[in-house]
Amino acid sequence: MTTSTRGAAKTPAVLVLEDGRTFRGRAYGAVGETFGEAVFSTGMTGYQETLTDPSYDRQIVVATAPQIGNTGWNDEDDESGRIWVSGYVVRDPARVPSNWRAKRSLDDELERQGVVGISGIDTRALTRHLRERGSMRAGIFSGESVAAEPELLARVQAQPHMKGASLYEEVATKEAYVVPAVGEKKFTVAAVDLGIKGMTPHRMAERGIEVHVLPATATADDIYAVNPDGVFFSNGPGDPATADGPVALMTAVLERRTPLFGICFGNQILGRALGFGTYKLKYGHRGINQPVQDRTTGKVEVTAHNHGFAVDAPLDRVSDTKFGRAEVSHVCLNDDVVEGLQLLDQPAFSVQYHPEAAAGPHDAAYLFDRFVSLMEGQRA
Amino acid sequence: MPKRTDIQSVLVIGSGPIVIGQAAEFDYSGTQACRVLKAEGLRVILVNSNPATIMTDPEIADATYVEPITPEFVEKIIAKERPDTLLPTLGGQTALNTAISLHENGVLAKYGVELIGAKPEAIHKGEDRDLFKGVVEEVRRKTGHGESARSVICHTMDDVLKGVETLGGYPVVVRPSFTMGGAGSGFAHDEEELRRIAGQGLTLSPTTEVLLEESILGWKEYELELMRDKNDNVVVVCSIENFDPMGVHTGDSITVAPAMTLTDREYQILRDIGIAVIREVGVDTGGCNIQFAVDPVDGRVIVIEMNPRVSRSSALASKATGFPIAKIAAKLAVGYTLDEIPNDITQETPASFEPTLDYVVVKAPRFAFEKFPQADSTLTTTMKSVGEAMAIGRNFPEAFQKALRSLEKKGSQFTFVGEPGDKEALLRESVRPTDGRINTVMQAIRAGATPEEIFEYTKIDPWFVDQLFLIKEIADELAEAAELTGELLGEAKRHGFSDHQIAEIRGLREDVVREVRHALGIRPVYKTVDTCAAEFAARTPYFYSAYDEESEVAPREKPAVIILGSGPNRIGQGIEFDYSCVHASFALSDAGYETVMVNCNPETVSTDYDTSDRLYFEPLTLEDVLEIVHAEQQAGPVAGVIVQLGGQTPLGLSQALKDNGVPVVGTSPEAIHAAEDRGAFGRVLAEAGLPAPKHGTATTFAGAKAIADEIGYPVLVRPSYVLGGRGMEIVYDETRLAAYIAESTEISPSRPVLVDRFLDDAIEIDVDALYDGEELYLGGVMEHIEEAGIHSGDSACALPPITLGGFDIKRLRASTEAIAKGVGVRGLINIQFAMAGDILYVLEANPRASRTVPFTSKATAVPLAKAAARISLGATVAELRAEGLLPRHGDGGELPLDAPISVKEAVMPWSRFRDIQGRGVDTVLGPEMRSTGEVMGIDSVFGTAYAKSQAGAYGPLPTKGRAFISVANRDKRSMIFPARELVAHGFELLATSGTAEVLKRNGINATVVRKQSEGTGPNGEKTIVQLIHDGEVDLIVNTPYGTGGRLDGYDIRTAAVARSVPCLTTVQALAAAVQGIDALNHGDVGVRSLQEHAEHLTASRD
Repeated sequence: MTTSTRGAAKTPAVLVLEDGRTFRGRAYGAVGETFGEAVFSTGMTGYQETLTDPSYDRQIVVATAPQIGNTGWNDEDDESGRIWVSGYVVRDPARVPSNWRAKRSLDDELERQGVVGISGIDTRALTRHLRERGSMRAGIFSGESVAAEPELLARVQAQPHMKGASLYEEVATKEAYVVPAVGEKKFTVAAVDLGIKGMTPHRMAERGIEVHVLPATATADDIYAVNPDGVFFSNGPGDPATADGPVALMTAVLERRTPLFGICFGNQILGRALGFGTYKLKYGHRGINQPVQDRTTGKVEVTAHNHGFAVDAPLDRVSDTKFGRAEVSHVCLNDDVVEGLQLLDQPAFSVQYHPEAAAGPHDAAYLFDRFVSLMEGQRA
Repeated sequence: MPKRTDIQSVLVIGSGPIVIGQAAEFDYSGTQACRVLKAEGLRVILVNSNPATIMTDPEIADATYVEPITPEFVEKIIAKERPDTLLPTLGGQTALNTAISLHENGVLAKYGVELIGAKPEAIHKGEDRDLFKGVVEEVRRKTGHGESARSVICHTMDDVLKGVETLGGYPVVVRPSFTMGGAGSGFAHDEEELRRIAGQGLTLSPTTEVLLEESILGWKEYELELMRDKNDNVVVVCSIENFDPMGVHTGDSITVAPAMTLTDREYQILRDIGIAVIREVGVDTGGCNIQFAVDPVDGRVIVIEMNPRVSRSSALASKATGFPIAKIAAKLAVGYTLDEIPNDITQETPASFEPTLDYVVVKAPRFAFEKFPQADSTLTTTMKSVGEAMAIGRNFPEAFQKALRSLEKKGSQFTFVGEPGDKEALLRESVRPTDGRINTVMQAIRAGATPEEIFEYTKIDPWFVDQLFLIKEIADELAEAAELTGELLGEAKRHGFSDHQIAEIRGLREDVVREVRHALGIRPVYKTVDTCAAEFAARTPYFYSAYDEESEVAPREKPAVIILGSGPNRIGQGIEFDYSCVHASFALSDAGYETVMVNCNPETVSTDYDTSDRLYFEPLTLEDVLEIVHAEQQAGPVAGVIVQLGGQTPLGLSQALKDNGVPVVGTSPEAIHAAEDRGAFGRVLAEAGLPAPKHGTATTFAGAKAIADEIGYPVLVRPSYVLGGRGMEIVYDETRLAAYIAESTEISPSRPVLVDRFLDDAIEIDVDALYDGEELYLGGVMEHIEEAGIHSGDSACALPPITLGGFDIKRLRASTEAIAKGVGVRGLINIQFAMAGDILYVLEANPRASRTVPFTSKATAVPLAKAAARISLGATVAELRAEGLLPRHGDGGELPLDAPISVKEAVMPWSRFRDIQGRGVDTVLGPEMRSTGEVMGIDSVFGTAYAKSQAGAYGPLPTKGRAFISVANRDKRSMIFPARELVAHGFELLATSGTAEVLKRNGINATVVRKQSEGTGPNGEKTIVQLIHDGEVDLIVNTPYGTGGRLDGYDIRTAAVARSVPCLTTVQALAAAVQGIDALNHGDVGVRSLQEHAEHLTASRD
């Protein structure tokens, strides 16, 4: 246990929002500059999972929980091979980590991976701002780059918008790989990686599924080459309206009536494949406390969310699609956003949120069992 | 699936008197629940013996029974009211145990009453240690996580001794089953300790059962608050982490929300276990809390226990998150599901979510060891704190330092000046958890201890240890800086440093630091507790301060009244003051003001965000209050600040607030001074021609001696400006006087010692009155049962007075008016009189709401605190009479002859404390207040009312059996008639030889029993102490010899406490008890609701 000395972290930093509001604080993690869409995440635990979640690509994440880094960084909880957030905004970073699994501090890990952050700002004021004005482009500047202040706003405003951004290819694996089943292998699943989190294949593997994780650019032939019992479309970053490739790929899977399960981006792709629209939420759902009702059972589950876009499907009726009848299976009770879709005439469903959790509650893990049932049903 | 339609009425059981482990949090929870149930259209029937509660206000329930919470009395209420359902989960262990008794003795079945909220099977599974172990095993099978500490259940001492071997040796934990607040539990490091703790535990447990457990001392400790509805939806409302590792009762620990040192994986494991536990136990509609221990080395999780009801922790969690657990539990109990209940704070999202915090909450316990100097101050698994303060900050250091200053106790804040002391000695001292250990740890850090050393000695998590270092480093920067720059000052404020601390470090005056700070523009902003970390807009202005950028206080038009609360509960300043503050808020809101509450006590109704228009959860120091006043003045007009209702805490700020230009309404600071300063008050009395016992004030021993010599011993000595008789003592000689002056830490040139002649054998009288500058409204006159010299807070009293005549009342009224006028009161005043030899002496006057205001209000059916608040803002008694807030004519001094008699009885915490040898502490009453709470007995005659008060406080008076009598010589004459009455009621009398002799000479037969000092007799005759321990004595009368607290009778009184045998320590109490026994033996004692009493009283008044 060591105590860092005060004063070391006094390098000034500034967060600049595209509407001109700025927040002054101190550098955190790497010193330098970074740009991205400013979004807030309300989870009180699980920063390691959040930072390594590929769906946060090109986003500057604001932690609403003020004390961050307390449990350091360990070798087990990463959701992917690296930190994906483009910037990290915290109020009070830990000076020493304390956890029996911790290997290093969060600060060190951010620096090691070159992730620019800012600390010591009024994160609640920033969150309220984003809530009222919507997620927006932002930049974090620390060290020498703070000096060029007059130009910072213009540089933020020159950044691309999240709406219209196609990002899944940049986060997805380039090579296919296999996650073996735990224990006896019962099923094979082809998982299209659009930014998949490590816990997702793990949850499937626990249920006897051998998971073939395929690149985002995989073709239908690639999928069927593994002879899958089911196909999975993962979460991922960016605007689903740009995901024509995955939509076409999923359409091919739906045409073959292979059991299909999608999470997050995968849900939006199912929506688009069924002919529904997608739209950008004002400030998205990011946190691990969101109440979602499973409309098939009436039960409420507390769930992990990370989505800035949502599917536009009617809540009050069954829709006719080219793959038969479809309905909204899950809805967020906070704001009635569509959180899940299912086809009634063939084995396909998806959810907008994260049943694999990591971080977050395990309430929705049953959805993996539902996927297994679909695959069992198809075999029978 | 909304509300059940088959329920029309519900009986709610409260938790009774405030005791350690069961305090105001149940009034908060119960009040919320009753309001919800009433709003749902149910007939709410409430029983609670505690008059100082908001829940027993007549408008909260439809039928309010201030009756003892015993199965016998609750059955009477059920028979009369025939409720459809009984909700037992809101009144702590008392309500749960009573409900289980009524279930087991068939009363519920007989009257067709359904238990809602928790089924008996679930209660048993949650509370019975053996069954709960089974629950945990099942949970482990399902989730793969969680286990019980290895343990054995024991019913005899033999089991206990064998058990230690099974567990692999000492230390072991002893936990008695079915006791409240962990009563009787503790760590045993060797056989001697084990025999003592386990022996006592077997006695305390109603099922003669203790659990022996492997030691998990030093592990991390966590708590989760969960709720479940009938559709099996479960949410975790809050996680709480204990700063003090395992070994200290969670009620005595500094605790933090949310959990600070868990990764998501580990947190989710606790969550999974928690959900599995609530399902397995079968709590189907309501809340529970579950405690966990986590091994810091490998994360092994032990499930310690669960409570299938709302608790102190659930109240804390509600205040910490803004999620009102009790309110929602009540809705779930009548059939709603979580998704059908809106979140009050956002109004647009449902309650079926988990609150997320963007701040840190710290709770710190408040102890009262200074009241029990004999007691061992080591903190164990038996709860000993009497109250708590909570603070909210944007980071841990800020919340933590705010919590420490909220405790409002000398030395509770960190100090960074002076020599810290020897590092090694400080480290060794910090091993033992005590009140204030945290300050020892800070001094050890100042003395050069390393983080590793602090962890090694205390097992406080390294992250928390580093936060202490962070605080210390900022203190160093403050000390070393050439000047106080804005940056440094801002940094210090963001880490919770008070102006006082900064001033101390910089060698400045506090007001100078404040001026500098304001000049630099460094002021707090106020953030909202909103359940959702700002994800949704909050509709409820529940604020805390932070040194951040953006304030959320909205502008307003209506004039605001700021009400200062009373801070953490402590002996002498408890729930009674919160009651008055809440009433003020209600009354002023009705009168068109915007009400703003300031308080830091999470247990209370005042800190419910529903109580006032705005709530500031803040410390009650001058600095914090000034900043709130400033923020509210920025927001809109402020009509005034009320300091009169929250006890001594706000009253003490009165002058300083005025000096800072704050409009203090009601009695002016100068008038407060006139009542509190002996000299000034003496002049008021002299002008009015009222006698006071001879007295004087001194700041030195020589001065005090001169006064005592002049007025004669015994003298009553005490510091000025204190509450609850703190430091008050009856001194019989000069030697003790010298020692008293030397020991007292409260005496200084600005705070002199008061020396009064002590009036032996006087009747003490308490008066609560309202004065508007013109007219007096005599609220009530209370006659104490015990003689003067016993603190009024510890004395039983009766209203209307039972032995005073019209002439006495007239004199009391005239004196009260003269004092109220002379002092300059605008609002409430409480005066204590002593009647000795037909002279009415004035003992003291308190120009504020007193502890007895709720009792007086309930006994006379007049809301005195509401009236006081209105008078503070300019209303007159005449106007309030016309409005109907006060009776149109008459007052509390002239109650009709058929008015009911109300008896207040104090409840003492003796059973909680042990000395370092593990023996009980003495139970003798004295001038220093030591009771934690009170009950009220109300009936048409004194005897029955007194019997009810005893049943509510200590359990029913015996109506037959064996009574042991041993009294001091001076009491022997007054003992004879009551003793004869006891015999007439069929009691067998036991007495020590001296008392027996006196009785025999008066024709009363008594069996002589052996004193403790005589030991067991040659033929095995037991001593009185053995007889008590063996359950062979039903009533004990033991008055101490002298009033100096000498130890004669000590063993008898401590045995009485251990065995829960009624023990009367004054002859006046004996006389009252005999009347009570007489009433109990003469036919049926009935029950009557406050509403019925009030209707009757109003009818006789008009």
